Amino acid sequence: MSTLAETVSDSVVITRRNLIKVKRVPDLIVFATLSPIMFVVLFRYVFGGAIQGLPPGVSYAEFLLPGIFAQTVVFGSTVTGASIAEDLQKGLIDRFRSLPMSRSAVLIGRTVADLGLNVISIVVMALTGLVVGWRINSSIAEAIGGFLLLLVFAFAISWLMAMVGLLVRTPEVVNNASFIVIFPLTFIADTFVPLETFPTVLRHFAEWNPVSTVVRAARELFGNMPAGLPEPDAWSLQNPVLYTLLWAVAILAVFVPLSVRAYLRTSSR
Amino acid sequence: MGGPSVRGMTNAVVVEGLVKRFGENTALGGVDLTVSEGTVLGLLGPNGAGKTTVVRILSTLLQPDAGRAEVAGLDVATQADQVRAAIGLTGQYAAVDEYLTGTENLEMVGRLYRLGKKEARSRAGQLLERFDLTGAANRPAKTYSGGMRRRLDIAASLIARPRVLFLDEPTTGLDPRSRLGMWEFIADLVHDGTTILLTTQYLEEADRLADRMVVIDRGQVIARGTADELKAQVGGERLELTVGTVEQLAVVTDALRPLAHGELHADQQTRRLSLPVTGGTDTLAEALRRLSSARADVLDIGLRRPDLDDVFLTLTGRSAEDADPDSAADEPTATVSAGAQS
Repeated sequence: MSTLAETVSDSVVITRRNLIKVKRVPDLIVFATLSPIMFVVLFRYVFGGAIQGLPPGVSYAEFLLPGIFAQTVVFGSTVTGASIAEDLQKGLIDRFRSLPMSRSAVLIGRTVADLGLNVISIVVMALTGLVVGWRINSSIAEAIGGFLLLLVFAFAISWLMAMVGLLVRTPEVVNNASFIVIFPLTFIADTFVPLETFPTVLRHFAEWNPVSTVVRAARELFGNMPAGLPEPDAWSLQNPVLYTLLWAVAILAVFVPLSVRAYLRTSSR
Repeated sequence: MGGPSVRGMTNAVVVEGLVKRFGENTALGGVDLTVSEGTVLGLLGPNGAGKTTVVRILSTLLQPDAGRAEVAGLDVATQADQVRAAIGLTGQYAAVDEYLTGTENLEMVGRLYRLGKKEARSRAGQLLERFDLTGAANRPAKTYSGGMRRRLDIAASLIARPRVLFLDEPTTGLDPRSRLGMWEFIADLVHDGTTILLTTQYLEEADRLADRMVVIDRGQVIARGTADELKAQVGGERLELTVGTVEQLAVVTDALRPLAHGELHADQQTRRLSLPVTGGTDTLAEALRRLSSARADVLDIGLRRPDLDDVFLTLTGRSAEDADPDSAADEPTATVSAGAQS
């Protein structure tokens, strides 16, 4: 078995390898940053005037940005699945599995590199947000907490996607499949509009959707909650930080061991 | 350590009764083989014979359902980590990261073999030079040709100086020139004392590189031995000729009968005669002389060395390319047999 130090050292080697790809294929970084900028600008100026349900006087830009942050990092995590499927297709996973390296380092290196991409995305979005009128109205510590919570949640989704990549094995299919699941998941939530505007059934789903709670937690931590909105009935939305962390821990507890197991049993072709 | 072989050398690879099933399909039905340290074993067989499955089990990528395997004296099931440290694997598809440069690829693999930073770097430099990749060392592997990628892949599997190297169809898909180059590189490795298990579909390749060969088909060993022993089983070189008319077939059969080292096969339908011979081109010259004095009307004549297809036809009655049992219908429809003369 590998020692912890060996696992860390191997994971660093793999993370570095994955980040070199980001450097060599600038498209990756362009899309990782352009699409969130596009979302910020589109929602702020196209839908911003039409979105109903906010108490008067609340800035839609402030309400919107935490939602965009969450949606973008969740989508950013789906990269993990496609990248692992690509490594599998190209025989690289076989090579890694034949090396005397740590058994979990390939997946750790992948998810950590994708976390790095998400950090870049968030920085770009936050700067864009500041330009269009988003502000942090809380303490620095709370704001850092907000960013960390978003990243922890995204990191957990990365491990879930790692499992999907190992099972589905075709990058294009991983992309399409994750779009079909993730797109509704990030829209049936309070990402872009207050839940009060939803039909009842959708609202119940949205209240317990962890995307809603990660968004709400971020709003609270950045001081972006509109003052006049009614208190939510659902426990999840009353304790969004705790509820989100429980989800992240649960996803990691299930999918880290499952993905490592799948990695050890998988084979190219 | 592995048991001693007949020649008293240590076995670097020992495989006993290896069985692997994928669902209903039995990929390996009890394979035994050994590779003596410092030698090359050629594992031959058509597509789907089970060659890659053997390599995948020996390189710890797959668990066998029954039987045992030792590599460098280590059990692949219970000492997998140590096995991985002792082997190098080059799969059928060049497993290089196309976004990394040649140097970066080798350094990464070196680090994952737990070489120090300095050692990984110096080994990478040596191997790039040895495999003629120094000029491309700082280019992403995406820009490499197929042959260059294969060489980089083999270099990666050599970075930690493995005691046993697995090469799974190292030249499949390469153009003839790259294939010749690859053969030279592999021959050099053998010269340096690396033990190699090589799978291939080409008897010529195994002939060039392997000390001993094992032929498998449908997960069973159907023949083993040196190249000469296998060729003896197949029948060695053959003289083959095609004549213009069926009447001519009898004329040339009579003329060449004294040169045959075994059964002559005359196929009336294709008007072809095939006979096992020895002596190479001298025999060919003698055959031409005899045909000329018999005034035979020969359309085409040549010496043919046995290939894997001949081994397969001889050992299984089936063609190597075509796993379809109906291919026996391709056998000569009428065969004239003549006793061997010397």
